[in-house]
Amino acid sequence: MTTVRAPGVWKRSANLRVGFLYLLPSIILFSVFLFYPMIRTIYLSFFLTDQNGNAAVNVGFENYSYLLTSPAFLNSMKATGLFVLYTVPIGIILALFFALLANEKLKGIGFFRTMYSSTMGISVAASSVIWLFLFHPSVGLFNRILLAINLPQIQWLLDPEWALVSIAISTIWMNTGFSFLILLGGLQNIDEHLYESSRIDGAGYFYRLRRITIPMLSPTLFFIITISLINAFQTFGQIDILTKGGPSQSTNLIVYSIYREAFINYQFGTASAQAVILFIIILVVTVLQFKLLEKKVHYQ
Amino acid sequence: MRDSTLKKVWIYFLLIVTSVMVFFPVLYAFMISFMSGPEILQGKFFPESFKFDNYLKVFDRLPLVKYLLNSFIVSLTVMVGQLAVCSLAAYAFVFIPFKGRDFVFFIFISTMMIPWEATMIPNFFTIQKLDWLNTYQGMSLPFFALAFGTFLLRQHFKTIPKELQEASQIAGLSRFAFFWKVILPVSKTSLVTLGAYGFLTTWNMYLWPLLITTNSSVRTVQIGLKQLQSQEMSTDWGVVMAGVIVVIIPTLLLLFIGQKQLQKGLSQGALK
Repeated sequence: MTTVRAPGVWKRSANLRVGFLYLLPSIILFSVFLFYPMIRTIYLSFFLTDQNGNAAVNVGFENYSYLLTSPAFLNSMKATGLFVLYTVPIGIILALFFALLANEKLKGIGFFRTMYSSTMGISVAASSVIWLFLFHPSVGLFNRILLAINLPQIQWLLDPEWALVSIAISTIWMNTGFSFLILLGGLQNIDEHLYESSRIDGAGYFYRLRRITIPMLSPTLFFIITISLINAFQTFGQIDILTKGGPSQSTNLIVYSIYREAFINYQFGTASAQAVILFIIILVVTVLQFKLLEKKVHYQ
Repeated sequence: MRDSTLKKVWIYFLLIVTSVMVFFPVLYAFMISFMSGPEILQGKFFPESFKFDNYLKVFDRLPLVKYLLNSFIVSLTVMVGQLAVCSLAAYAFVFIPFKGRDFVFFIFISTMMIPWEATMIPNFFTIQKLDWLNTYQGMSLPFFALAFGTFLLRQHFKTIPKELQEASQIAGLSRFAFFWKVILPVSKTSLVTLGAYGFLTTWNMYLWPLLITTNSSVRTVQIGLKQLQSQEMSTDWGVVMAGVIVVIIPTLLLLFIGQKQLQKGLSQGALK
C-alpha cells in the first residue's frame, strides 16, 4: 500500500483499515440480512404485532408460554423430532453405503458416482412433484406395487399415520446426493498406505472398515451429521408441495408452522417466538454435536 | 484369483441395483413426461412413442421461458455476488493480518448456526420496505454473503505459499492487484466449486421466491412447478412431469459435468 508517511497509529492501523475494507461487503450484508433480522425476530417474539409486522403490544413471555402449552405447537415439535429421527440416521447410513461402493476402483465407476450424486441436482420442488406422483393413491407406483403383490394399499400422504413417514422417505432420497458426494470425498482423502499395510497383515474387509475407514472418515461423518441435522430441522419445500402440513397436522414441521403462522395467519409475534425456538434448537444441537463428537473424531 | 472376481461381481451387482433405485424416480418421471393420460392410467413404464406434446403443453400453460430466464438471472447473480463477496473476505482472513482478525472470523463462522428460516420474517419486511418485492435484487442480494463460501475459499487461500505475497510486494503489485492477478487465478478450482454450489442452491431455492414473488415478473421455475402441480392436480401428470424434466435438466447437466470437481472442493472445505 502506498500510504503517505503519517505518524504512529494511523500507519500501524493500515492493515486493520484495509482488512476491514475487504470484509466490508460481508459485514454489511450479514448485518442487514442476518444479525438485524435475528435480533428483530427475538424482539418481535415478545410482542403482539399488527398486519405489517410492527410491534404493537408488549406481552413479555406470553407468546412463549402460549406456544409451550399449545397442543398444535407441541405436536409440530413432536413431528419435527420424529422427522429428524426418521431421516438423519438412515440417510447417512445409506449415503455411506453408496460412498463405500462407489469408492471401489472399478471400470465405469464414474457412471455410478454420477447416478448416486444425481439427486443433488434435483430441486426440492421437482423431487416433491415426482414423489407426489409416486405416492398417488391410485396411479402412483407404490400402490401399484402393493396391489400387484396382493397387499392392502396405503393412503401414503393422506393417512396421518403414514404421511410423515412418506415425507421422510422422499427426503432421504433428496438428501442422498449431497451426503454421498461429501462422504465419497472424505473416503478419497484417506491415505492409501494405511490399507496397504493392513492388507499385508491379511485383515478382512470389515475389519479394515471398522479399524481404518470409519475412524479416518470421522471428521467427514461429523460434518455431514451436523449438516443433515440442521437441514432436517429446516425442511419446508416438500411439506408445502406434498401435504401442506396435513393430514390433521401430522406433517406440520416447525418451519412450515412458522411460515403459516406468519404469512397466512399474520401472527408475526408467535411466529417469531417459534423462529427463536428453532434457532435455540439448532444452536443446542450444533454445540452438543461439537462437544460430544469432538473428542471421538480422529483428525489426520 | 477367484476370490477377487467374486468380490467384483458382488460389488457390481450392488452398484447396479442401488444406483438404479436411486435414479429410478427421475427416469420414471422422464418416461411419464412422454405419456398421454390413458397411458399413465394403465401404469406403463415405457411410453408408446416419444412425442413432445406434453412439453409443448407445459410451455403453453405456464410462462416457463420467462421463469427459466428468471431462474438463470437470479442464480447467476447470486453466484457472481457470492464469489466476489466471499473471495474478498477470505483474502482478508488469509493475507491481511490485523488485530482481532480471529475474532471476526469466529463471528463469521458462527453465522452458520443461524438458520435462515429464523430470520425470514424481518427479511421479508426489509425487502418490502425497500420496495424490492418482485425484483431481482430482492431475490439475490440477501444471499451474497456466505460463511460457508468464505470458509471454503479461506481453506484454499491458506495453501498458497506466503512467498508469493512477498514476491508480489517486491514487484510493486498493490494489494488488490495481488488479489486480482495472482490469488484469484491460482484458486480457480475452489472458485469453480463455490460457483457451481452457489448456482445449484440458488436454482433450487424455494421458500424465499415463494415469499417475495407475487407475480410472474421475477418468479422462478421452482414456484412455477408448485403452480403447475396445483393447477393440474390429478389431471395431466404427463404435462406436470414435462415441467419437472425441463426444470431439472440445467442443474443435472451442471452436476454431471462438475461432479468430480464439486466433490473434491466441497469435501476439502468440510475437512481442513
